[in-house]
Amino acid sequence: MAEIAAAVPGTGHPLPQPRDSRRNWVPYVLLLPGLVWLFVFFVVPMITLGSQSLQEGDVDNGYTFTGNVAIYGDALQSYWQQLMRSIGYAASATVLTLLLGYPLAYFIASRKGRSKYVLLVLVIAPFFTSFLIRTLAWQTILADKYPVAGFARWTHFTDLLQLVGLTNNDSLLSSKFAVICGLTYNFLPFMILPLYSSLDRVDGRLLEAARDLYATPWETFRRITWPLSLPGVVAGTLLTFIPAAGDYINSRLLGNTQTVMIGQVIDAQFLRVLNYPLAAALSFVLLVLILALVTAYVRKAGTEELV
Amino acid sequence: MALTNWIRRHLLAFVAMAVLAILLVPNVVVALFSFNKPNGRYNYEWVRGSADAWTNPCGTPGICEALGLSLKIGITASLVATVMGTMIAFALGRHRFRGRSATNMLIFMPMATPEVVMGSSLLTLFVALGLPAGATAILIAHIMFCLSFVVVAVKARVSSLDPKLEEAAADLGAGPVATFLRVTLPLVAPGIAAGALLAFSLSFDDYIITNFNASPNSVTFPMYVWGAAQRGTPVQINVIGTVMFVLSVGIVLTGQFVSARRAKAA
Repeated sequence: MAEIAAAVPGTGHPLPQPRDSRRNWVPYVLLLPGLVWLFVFFVVPMITLGSQSLQEGDVDNGYTFTGNVAIYGDALQSYWQQLMRSIGYAASATVLTLLLGYPLAYFIASRKGRSKYVLLVLVIAPFFTSFLIRTLAWQTILADKYPVAGFARWTHFTDLLQLVGLTNNDSLLSSKFAVICGLTYNFLPFMILPLYSSLDRVDGRLLEAARDLYATPWETFRRITWPLSLPGVVAGTLLTFIPAAGDYINSRLLGNTQTVMIGQVIDAQFLRVLNYPLAAALSFVLLVLILALVTAYVRKAGTEELV
Repeated sequence: MALTNWIRRHLLAFVAMAVLAILLVPNVVVALFSFNKPNGRYNYEWVRGSADAWTNPCGTPGICEALGLSLKIGITASLVATVMGTMIAFALGRHRFRGRSATNMLIFMPMATPEVVMGSSLLTLFVALGLPAGATAILIAHIMFCLSFVVVAVKARVSSLDPKLEEAAADLGAGPVATFLRVTLPLVAPGIAAGALLAFSLSFDDYIITNFNASPNSVTFPMYVWGAAQRGTPVQINVIGTVMFVLSVGIVLTGQFVSARRAKAA
């Protein structure tokens, strides 16, 4: 064990030290193909995206770089509303996935043996069925003539939704409510899995110790379980918020013209209007905005290793 | 105290089951409506029971071609991403080298970028290079965004590996190649399998990135479903959705039980 010098951060296991310098090229050979792929098809496209936003011209006659920074002002002015709406919907869905996902993740982590595996499989299973098909199923679930909408009307839940502006009438479909529901549903597993993996690692002896020291169940949760599950909360929040902010499938399939999210605008500008510079600028703004929010959040939540 | 504890425990179970129900209800609806015989083009309202779509799953033009293309792209993308991702995971999990944190950053970035940004940036790259949209462009994109997820899945397994097992193999006279093939690889295999499965499902399910890089000749299954959602959804979509659900639950459960049995036998 003398050759073990450093420990892998985040795990208790030691990292074996290469035996001699001749083998130092090994990690680089292992990294090469994947990192080249990521560089060429992830980093370089980000550069071409940035450059595209500063070009002028059209698809037929080609583009020239003019450094037209004003496009960002235009893009922000025209689509500020859709941008803020996307952030708002994604944030609401993230909070809801946390509220719904935490009890389930906690419950699964507290199970033992076979039932734990079965529950985990049931959480992962929807991942493997086309999410577009499942989102279309929500059109049926929330449809006016079916029980969910009927129940919402009977309990005056729809009135409440109308009061807070989440629907325009007494149906559930084609509304802000339906879009946020869809986002919450679609990204729920992304919240549950990281929460589960950090809750599963909580040492049961700590909870016993808390009980021995006369902590109430709530105090035990607040002072032990919750802090220890924070890495899962941070990872789950990011895995939910980021894709939700860029998503437009839920707003397109479950919403209306008042629920258009920024992804929908980018898609339309690129693929139908063919205004590449404006679309590229919007894409870039979305990326920068999300990175800024994520950085601020990670700083505050303070998690050192995410990967 | 006993009573409040009982309520607390069961309240948690009740909420957990309700959330699980939310996750699974759409799958139930999809399965149910695969036995529907809709009146018009839209399969949103129950009309009457029929197994027509089940006896003729390719009965709608284009659906099985789209399915075939998605399977082809999914299998190729997950294979390539799994090989490259596993190599990176070994480098990060077993070696110390310069540029480790930069590498971690580069792996993390695609997971922290919204799909619509990745899709549109690839579109600008392919336009700049003059590479036509189509199956090749989709494949390149899928390998790219699956890679990071494979790295994360495999790395978790590699870093939890006990180095003593490999030392023992070396002490017993196994060379580095034999140690790797007969000790390390079998121990990491579940992580690699999980990464490959995740990559396949991500690729198979992707609509947003694919949409930016597809051509009319390269319609994947999600794109077919999207198109159908605007024109009228054939019941066959529900049949395929149901088969996918049953198959994947079967595969994952079998995998879990096989590895559980193996763990018990060891």
